[in-house]
Amino acid sequence: MTRYILGRFAQALGVLWAAYTVTFVVLYLLPSDPVALQLGAAGIETDKLSPAELHTAMARYGLDRPILEQYFSDLWGFLRGDLGESIAKQEPVTALLGERLGPTLTLTVTAGVLALLGGTALAYLASYVRWRPARLFLTRLPSFGASFPQFFIGLLLIQFLSFNLGLLPATGTYGWKSLVMPAITIAILAASQLAQVLMRSFDDTLSQPYVATARAKGLSRAAVQWHHGFRNALLPAMTILGILVGLTVTSAIVAETVFSRNGIGKLAQESVLAQDVPVVLAIVTIAAAIFVFVNLVVDLLYPLLDPRIVHGQRKAVA
Amino acid sequence: MTDTASGPLVTVADLQVGYVRRRRTVPAVRGVTLSVARGETVALVGESGSGKSTIANTLIGLLPDNARVTGGSVTVHPGDLGDPGGVGRPDRAVEVVGARERTLRGLRGRVISLVPQDPMVGLNPTRRIGPQVAEGIRLRGVSGDRVGAEVLEFLAQAGIDDPELRARQYPHELSGGLRQRVLIAIALAGRPQLIIADEPTSALDVTVQRRILDHLEGLVRETGISLLIITHDLAVASDRSDRVIVLQNGEVVEQGNPRHILVSPRQDYTRRLIAAAPGLAHGGRIVPRFVVPAERVSTPDPVIRLENITKRYPLPGRQAGSFLAVDDVSLDVARGRTHALVGESGSGKTTTLRLALGLEKATSGRVLLDGVDITDLGWRETRPLRRKIQLVHQNPFASLDPRFTIGRSITEPLVAFGIGDRRTRRARAVALLDQVALPASYLDRLPAELSGGQRQRVAIARALALEPELVLLDEPVSALDVSVQEQILALLRDLQERLGLSYLFISHDLSVVAQISHTVTVLNRGRAVESGSVAEVFGSPESDYTRELIEAIPGQRSAALSAGAGVPLDV
Repeated sequence: MTRYILGRFAQALGVLWAAYTVTFVVLYLLPSDPVALQLGAAGIETDKLSPAELHTAMARYGLDRPILEQYFSDLWGFLRGDLGESIAKQEPVTALLGERLGPTLTLTVTAGVLALLGGTALAYLASYVRWRPARLFLTRLPSFGASFPQFFIGLLLIQFLSFNLGLLPATGTYGWKSLVMPAITIAILAASQLAQVLMRSFDDTLSQPYVATARAKGLSRAAVQWHHGFRNALLPAMTILGILVGLTVTSAIVAETVFSRNGIGKLAQESVLAQDVPVVLAIVTIAAAIFVFVNLVVDLLYPLLDPRIVHGQRKAVA
Repeated sequence: MTDTASGPLVTVADLQVGYVRRRRTVPAVRGVTLSVARGETVALVGESGSGKSTIANTLIGLLPDNARVTGGSVTVHPGDLGDPGGVGRPDRAVEVVGARERTLRGLRGRVISLVPQDPMVGLNPTRRIGPQVAEGIRLRGVSGDRVGAEVLEFLAQAGIDDPELRARQYPHELSGGLRQRVLIAIALAGRPQLIIADEPTSALDVTVQRRILDHLEGLVRETGISLLIITHDLAVASDRSDRVIVLQNGEVVEQGNPRHILVSPRQDYTRRLIAAAPGLAHGGRIVPRFVVPAERVSTPDPVIRLENITKRYPLPGRQAGSFLAVDDVSLDVARGRTHALVGESGSGKTTTLRLALGLEKATSGRVLLDGVDITDLGWRETRPLRRKIQLVHQNPFASLDPRFTIGRSITEPLVAFGIGDRRTRRARAVALLDQVALPASYLDRLPAELSGGQRQRVAIARALALEPELVLLDEPVSALDVSVQEQILALLRDLQERLGLSYLFISHDLSVVAQISHTVTVLNRGRAVESGSVAEVFGSPESDYTRELIEAIPGQRSAALSAGAGVPLDV
């Protein structure tokens, strides 16, 4: 078991390194001149500089070094927790992130919990309800929720809850009131996707022979679904949990833009527009880290839900 | 409840059930009338699609959503359940058809309980055994410490050793036979008056099957519970029941005492079922179809020869120790003959087959195909040899890609080896279908449109596509109804004769082996305990293990009875 966890950690680190490297390559080696791009982000127009001035400017941001040296020194910096300096904002990236990470984490965790509860409850109810119209309505709901663009949901919420009813502030970063609408915006999509998978999973599970065994005992449908359906239906849905977290993080960009929240998502959007390479690189790596971490947690949770899975052991073939 | 004089427990009158498919109701049960008395054991016999499972599900109110009861009635007379709040008052009759879920729930488990077909999937994989048995006990109003004690009682009653340990285990930690016993304990937990056993043992080895059926029979006799056995195997039915009801296409074609039905069947259909049950056909004895003289058992030029094959698997989680799956097994398959490999689950049959096919590397020993040593050859080197050796799987429902048409499945080996073009392949596929007695029109059908027997024919056609010398048959008929089994075996014999094929035939069922094999090796825990010609090994078995396998074949009691051998019905 310890060996399994260590192995998984090594894998996670490998994935992180790969994510960092791919982003680095994409940002530095793709067409367009990376130097001009980055100096442009700092407000310097390369065309108008004399070669000497250009050289000073490049040295200022460490862009005069060979590409491999830049890569390794940046990677070494990452490992020590030094994420470099934002070119557009002239601030250390760590400081920028530190300031913006809090609101985004609150938002994604709230949205994630909402999505988890909402999606699970919807799927549970949809497979429990027998009355056909209600069942039909509930089973159609997720595809409806998943097909709305998020910014549109956000704008609708602002229109109703803020402008018409005046219940919640339309924009802002702090206080729980400002959290409600962006969290719901993100959660609707994530909950819909989770519910779609779970509903199918419930359908499969409830047609299993052991469910017939349970019903033949004389258990009520509620007891059968709770004791014999729920946990088994969760198992296949676990795999998309990691994907959902990724979705929640990317959705934060949309939600923070629509609701003008000061978070990582907004920072990412600003940095991409401003072509602020060090910040983008840091954000992508952090997002990858979150993704990798959640998937690791999911994998470690599996044996708790499913006794048949024992990590680190291969089953003997008889 | 042992009072048998108080009338029938369940009465089914003119029952009609259909399944709604594409807005049409396809009838599955057409006017069935039957009854089960208290303490009586009744067997419902018929092939797949005869409606026997539909009747069972109607009794317990567990029909699938698309089933409709279109007529008739099912009445249960639960008698006095001896507790307040239950469905029972003396002489009360409960109508099951059209009953509300609440009423049905009162009947399920408490009056009628079910032992499902496949023990491997009949238990919730994520819950321990104890709580799964406890649910049925709690429904009787038992609570507190009493529940745990009763769980152990019922597990013990179902014939499980060390119930304390088993109650704490998960289903995947138990063998198939033990899981079936757990399911029996669950069925007993509600103290029912009728147990429906839906093909209770067809997924199990013959010896386990025999022990489970013996146990169920004993329980029924001791407790006075009625038993309704659902089976496709007339041999099982007539061995185990007081009354046999034969179903065909949703109608009762014959019913009565098993010995009357066996001795003088009134219907052709029943006669066919008797003929199809190998255990019944020859008065309970195994009569081998092929007799090979002793001097011709060994052959100088076998198609495949395994020499002292051993396979060890390292045990998981431990540094030392290993599991010996196959222990020093040698065997030959002679040209144009069938060699059978017999044994229970875990005896090493399948591992031996995988070694012969080159899917696994032997720990020691040699494999010679056509005299060529293929033991140490790599994947690429063995590939041309694969044309000579093909495999037919056990389960035709799983071995065909559901999205491939039959034609595509059959021609896939030809495509893989780059043989012919589109047109000649199609012509070859038609010829292959013809060989397995299927019409050419099946080329463009999907597996879902075919019955189990037809699918197995397709799987055989696919194995023959590359004109192999040797076909490995891994329990090719054990997933099929007995009547279909016989047809497939006949087809295999016919193909052998026409094409000069050699077979390595794997089975746990000796009566099937006797129908097709010339020679046999009996495996027990990875070791070959006996081998020789079928007539010799089955006729005068030397090892106890072989004798045990022979005795476990169903149908012997009734067959002996109908042959007038005077063996009493109760053993």
